Amino acid sequence: MTAPVSISMEVNGERVEAQVTPRLNLADFLREHLQLTGTHVGCEHGVCGACTVRVDGEIVRSCLMLAVQVDGAAVQTIEGLSDSGEISDLQAAFRDRNALQCGFCTPGMLMAAQDLLRQNQTPDREQIRAHLAGNYCRCTGYQAIVDAVESTAQARAGRSA
Amino acid sequence: MTSSKTETLSVLDRPNSYIGKTVPRPNLDRLLQGRAQYVSDMELPRMAHVVFVRSPHAHAKILSLDGAVARRMPGVIAVVSGKELAEIITPWVGVLSHLKGLKSAPQNAIAIDRVCWQGEAVAAVVATSRAAAEDAAEHVAVAYQELQAVTDMGTALDRDTPVIHASLGDNLAFERIHTAGAVDQAFAESDAVVEADFIFGRHTGVTLEPRSVVADWNAAEARLTIYQGTQAPHMVQNIAALHLGLRESQVRVVCKDVGGSFGIKVHIYADEMATYALSKLLRRPVKFVADRVESFNTDIHARDHRCKGKIGVKRDGTITAFEIDDLTGIGPYSMYPRTSAIEANQVVNLVGGPYTNKNYRARARVVFQNKNVMCQYRAVGHPIACSVTEGLVDLAAMKIEMDPLEIRRRNLIADDAYPCASPSGLRFEQLSHHAALKKLVGMMNYDALRAEQTALRRKGIHRGIGVASFIEVTNPSAAFYGVGGAKISAQDGVAVRLDAQGSVICQTSITEQGQGSESLTAQIVGSVLGVSMDRVRVILGDTDMTPYGGGTWASRGAGIGGEAALQAAKILRKNILDVAAAILQTMPGELDIVTDAIVNVSDGAQRIELNELARIVYFRPDTLPPGIQPELMATKHFVPREYPFAFTNGVQAAWLEVDTDTGFIKLLKHWVVEDCGTIINPQLVDEQIRGGVVQGLGAALFEKCVYDERGQLTNANMADYLVPMSGEMPDIDVGHVVSPTLESELGAKGAGEAGTAGAAAAVSNAVNDALRPFGTIITEIPLTPQVILTALRRI
Repeated sequence: MTAPVSISMEVNGERVEAQVTPRLNLADFLREHLQLTGTHVGCEHGVCGACTVRVDGEIVRSCLMLAVQVDGAAVQTIEGLSDSGEISDLQAAFRDRNALQCGFCTPGMLMAAQDLLRQNQTPDREQIRAHLAGNYCRCTGYQAIVDAVESTAQARAGRSA
Repeated sequence: MTSSKTETLSVLDRPNSYIGKTVPRPNLDRLLQGRAQYVSDMELPRMAHVVFVRSPHAHAKILSLDGAVARRMPGVIAVVSGKELAEIITPWVGVLSHLKGLKSAPQNAIAIDRVCWQGEAVAAVVATSRAAAEDAAEHVAVAYQELQAVTDMGTALDRDTPVIHASLGDNLAFERIHTAGAVDQAFAESDAVVEADFIFGRHTGVTLEPRSVVADWNAAEARLTIYQGTQAPHMVQNIAALHLGLRESQVRVVCKDVGGSFGIKVHIYADEMATYALSKLLRRPVKFVADRVESFNTDIHARDHRCKGKIGVKRDGTITAFEIDDLTGIGPYSMYPRTSAIEANQVVNLVGGPYTNKNYRARARVVFQNKNVMCQYRAVGHPIACSVTEGLVDLAAMKIEMDPLEIRRRNLIADDAYPCASPSGLRFEQLSHHAALKKLVGMMNYDALRAEQTALRRKGIHRGIGVASFIEVTNPSAAFYGVGGAKISAQDGVAVRLDAQGSVICQTSITEQGQGSESLTAQIVGSVLGVSMDRVRVILGDTDMTPYGGGTWASRGAGIGGEAALQAAKILRKNILDVAAAILQTMPGELDIVTDAIVNVSDGAQRIELNELARIVYFRPDTLPPGIQPELMATKHFVPREYPFAFTNGVQAAWLEVDTDTGFIKLLKHWVVEDCGTIINPQLVDEQIRGGVVQGLGAALFEKCVYDERGQLTNANMADYLVPMSGEMPDIDVGHVVSPTLESELGAKGAGEAGTAGAAAAVSNAVNDALRPFGTIITEIPLTPQVILTALRRI
């Protein structure tokens, strides 16, 4: 079970082939093998949400998933979402509202927020708070984050209306 | 957000000034795109990883330590014991001379012979990867003989309790007794005297990025570069050099992005010292990143106080005296170099601080125990002092049947009574308790809430209102640490220069952990110089690159570093105008700088752009009049001298609902009015307040390091140690009163800790208000369902 395993996947639209030990988790794979350090490791047991990434369209805790489990999958990290422009309005709202201080939770927070906005175009504050309730932020007290997500939802709804 | 109008300050009140304006922090995109550089992200050539073997016992003798098997494991570079490392790095003792009688024992980077808390490192395993080091660490064989652990601070001083450090004689680290006025007489003459025991859970900072360091000893340069998420790079430089036998010039400390600090990352930790030493020993970069279990077991803890409090009051509401007896347990060592006596000392200083009462007696005792070390965490001592003071004030009000707002109105120091001093000797320059309270009452619509509370009570819904006034220590002078012998700078420095394209580069000794240090520096420099903010680049967090200074802690960045920036920018502005006058053949007083160009004061007409001025100065100085030597760089330092601390004040209120069946508390709304003097960026101040409040709410409701009687931390993970998450937190309204300090031209005081100072007190008072019909008073935090239901005798 300790011999390296060949895996291949798409990460941020790029084909990636790698040899990984079966015990390597996805967060460490992204950070240490692909140098995608925007995915952060906060608790290493699925509680804090800092390592949230998207695998085949669903957000996951990359510290709770093994790299071998994403063989054949499409993975998106904060770097990918930033470069594609998918969340540029959300990022701008975070910047304007100062919805981040140290920034360590921010990539995971943006991942979770975008996940909500893809499911629910007009979430209210309670729904936003509930959806982000698995992402720990020690700095902001959350209100600015909720404000930024709410204003992004309203702006998107306005554009699509 | 509402804000009172402040008196304008000439140098800041200029066209296009950024002072008092909400502008986004520069460089946020780096954080938003996952392209920041935290120490945990760093990799260097030949970098090795260290993992520490840590004691499973709270107190034990190390009988033997065998790393032979581990050394043969794949990827292992070295297994190092405490004794071996002691040849590289010397031990330290965390005492300061101004805390009279404070004692502690020598602490080593890695334990030698004996461990004193669960989690203390006994060996280091260095390997090519962290995984390899972790694998090998499991094969380091350590034999322990368990010793009796001192865990209960209540019995730590008993005669039959073992003394943790025999050389110290007892387990008392520090004691302070303070008396002012005629306390006994005041109590005797009171119409009512109320006493209560206040209990504060031990909790910790839980920075989302754990403590991280990369130490890189370059043997050829004989120089150590330390990459560390720290709040105080020059302090780290001084101490690393001191204990490694180096000159400070041989140590560079670089601090890039920091994933949360809150006081956790302002101390010197044994495992970080070990990492510096290991790099020197192994002549290669060594990286240490604490995992979450290590963070809980070794990041400083805070609070853990039991405080008996007593208040006397007259029937008319006049507070006649305060008395406290505070006890706190700090683990086996006083932390280095700031010591673990500061929090208890602050409690003595701060109790009763907002009020006119002059009769005050206090005792604080700080004891050793076999638990993780305790030290300064955001709002040091303030939440204890505020909860005790405000809890007692509410109890007194209840006793004489007075509204909690009314008793405060009758006792808060009048806004026109300054300067004045507290019975503990604190000097207040200018506070605004009454204005703040008045504003708060308006914001929360107090009378309407009382009516709602009454109406809901009839339906069996128990809501409560809690109010807490507070004072906050900010802008500390050398009185905090320097006078006690710690080499922690109280002053900060800023260098500003105009580059060859007319942009500004600004090097400051304050640091950034997300508060907005870069932003406030750029706002001040841009405003004074007349340069747009996007042309101001701020460099911080590097002892090779910035002036010498304290860093960012104790709510000092804006007030001290900001003033240094202002003064440096004023000089550069003068120098620029001198050159401009020479070029334009006019007088400097006829010219101003507005939006990146020199203009006439008289008609505002643009004369020459800054980039053109810079071009001439740097590339065609031959065209300047003879005798002109432009100085387009200026450096200034600042430290407060007149007042040891710039006190701020404020008041908070909580509105919440207690479910008397489940014991759960639902926070409905929270209000804060505070006075931090000149506000540089309203949004950043408000977000500091909100974040601080939520840390205080965590302490109030959830956070507690739970130890068993053997000194085992039983909830050292984020699933069992609860922190505030978005679902439970209320929206927080923030308002301001503005009383600038006259000690600086900027007038800014600190704002980083005000939220944390008063949040728990407001919540506790609100819970007791909600539970009034049940005739129970709770003076313990965190207010868990168990605590609530026990008080209600439901369990």
